[in-house]
Amino acid sequence: MSITRPLLDTPFIRRSNHLRTFITASWLGWQIESNWADPFLFAVYSIVRPVTSVLILVVMYSVITNGALQEPIFAYIYLGNALYILVGQVITGVSWSVIDDREHYRTLRQLYTTPMDGYSYLMGRGVARLIIGLISVLITIGFGMVAFQLPISIGTIDWLMLVISTVLGVLSLAAIGMVVGSLTLMLARHFWSLGDAISGALYLFTGAIFPLDVLPAWLRPIGFAFPVTYWLELARRAILGPNAAKFPTLSGFSDLELTGILAAITLALLVFSWFFYRWALHRAKENGIFDMETSY
Amino acid sequence: MDTNLAIQTKDLGRVYRLRGPKRKGDAKQLVALDGVNLEVRRGELFGLLGPNGAGKTTIIKILATLLLPTSGSALVEDLDVTRDVQEIRRRISMVSGGETSGYGLLTVEENLWMFARFYGLDNVTARKRIDSLLEVVGIADRKRTKISDLSTGLRQKMNFVRGFISDPNVVFLDEPTLGLDVTAARDVRGFVKQWMHDHPDRTVLLTTHYMAEADELCDRLAIIDRGKLLACDSPHSLKHRLQQDAIFNLKVGPLGPRPSRDAMIEAVPGVRQATVVEQNGHTELNLILAQEDVLSDVLAHLTRRGSSLISLEKREPTLEDVFIDLVGRRLDVDTSHHAEGEHAAG
Repeated sequence: MSITRPLLDTPFIRRSNHLRTFITASWLGWQIESNWADPFLFAVYSIVRPVTSVLILVVMYSVITNGALQEPIFAYIYLGNALYILVGQVITGVSWSVIDDREHYRTLRQLYTTPMDGYSYLMGRGVARLIIGLISVLITIGFGMVAFQLPISIGTIDWLMLVISTVLGVLSLAAIGMVVGSLTLMLARHFWSLGDAISGALYLFTGAIFPLDVLPAWLRPIGFAFPVTYWLELARRAILGPNAAKFPTLSGFSDLELTGILAAITLALLVFSWFFYRWALHRAKENGIFDMETSY
Repeated sequence: MDTNLAIQTKDLGRVYRLRGPKRKGDAKQLVALDGVNLEVRRGELFGLLGPNGAGKTTIIKILATLLLPTSGSALVEDLDVTRDVQEIRRRISMVSGGETSGYGLLTVEENLWMFARFYGLDNVTARKRIDSLLEVVGIADRKRTKISDLSTGLRQKMNFVRGFISDPNVVFLDEPTLGLDVTAARDVRGFVKQWMHDHPDRTVLLTTHYMAEADELCDRLAIIDRGKLLACDSPHSLKHRLQQDAIFNLKVGPLGPRPSRDAMIEAVPGVRQATVVEQNGHTELNLILAQEDVLSDVLAHLTRRGSSLISLEKREPTLEDVFIDLVGRRLDVDTSHHAEGEHAAG
């Protein structure tokens, strides 16, 4: 509370219900997600698990390619896989809160009789998982640089492009999370795995572990429709530099064009998720299932 | 619009569609509220008395903007529950009984602080109110205790503080003493009475199926059953309706096969209402008689059925008797499943 209190008392934030709700919900999410009381558990969750999962991929790659870790495709795969940690974390971080509050903590009714802004609340609840996800991404990339000599140089990273693309990517993921969370509001069953299922499906279609060209032509449009594809491409270009250009899928687009596409899709998703959330909330109240507990 | 009213409903209805077989035409519905007209004045502690499944919580959920009505209208402080959601939420709060809810890993203070922030209170005001309300409900020493470590009673007291921290104009208390032990329930009732005394311009809508609680707390109350409002008046006036009747509790020996309320009313003229409960080898009768001398006919009827009188008590009418008089059932009978059957539409 020590940081959050003075932040919330600044006049601008006090006046804005959206910001006040967002920051308070972020604080709550952090209390829930970062179980510092058990550092071992936290370390397993945020460090060991992502590193282990990327190691499985490395072993598989090594067996298939006979240990060709210096090939550009390895850095492509490794980086895509590391960055993809954020996809699952952000989408489920936002959408899971509905189930968490309704089924586990049973506070949905208490929360929604306050004048807080529901959209900002769910977005705020996702912040903690975003932070944990970012820590995991950094550790996984750092591990790759040390253990597998990934061709990454801190000095040559295009930080501006990396930050802009990641901000846009995270916002688009949060908007997808809002859509999933809104769907969850209308579902009376325990749809805890919806976020995981969506992020799992996107894994195949967004160029996370292989270039989109590998997919049959009729499947590629799915990848082009999702913002994750453009974010991963931009992040790879920012981190790997010329090595990223060795894969032709999006090489016809300049950095600026890709950023523009990513920004447009993100904006469209945010607008859509806002309307969809309001519609879903209305439907849930109309059907009488808004605060219906269905499990636990 | 009467500005003296804190709550007003007009022909309020709520129908739930029930999930059933997937074939067309099989959709069933549950009528939870059926044309409820309710007026609660500002400054009133108003009660909704009815058995489980009567529709009390449905009314509260609609008024607290958690549920949409399917027909009619509902206003809270002249604001429409379907349109003015945010403005209503700034003015209300809701506390439900039997809640095991809460972020167990937060302390009492953290949880209350968080809700104060959602209500838009600044830090200084929030802290001041948290300290003072915790003091009032007697759990100031538990401020830094994690919610998961609180007993049910203490958790409910914390929920009360949450409900009153925003200094609301209208408070909805949904079965607030449900699951509490006698002492905790008394403390909660004491808190509500004191708060109303200190804030005479505020309004409380209380739902309960404890008649003694409704009798003790409410200025006026409405009796509701199966989604319909049956009566609305002060507890005293409601009980006064039965002043001309004689009310008896009888404990008798077994009454033979299928003893029922209807059989008793049909067999003995002058029995206006009756409830029959069989337990532990004897039968308990709660009778509302048109005149006291009908009792001799009742006793003769019991003798004819081979039963014997174990004990007899004449008493003053209670709200439970009013409820029995109106619907012919005791208040502790859960009607939620009956309602579904009766109102099911094929």
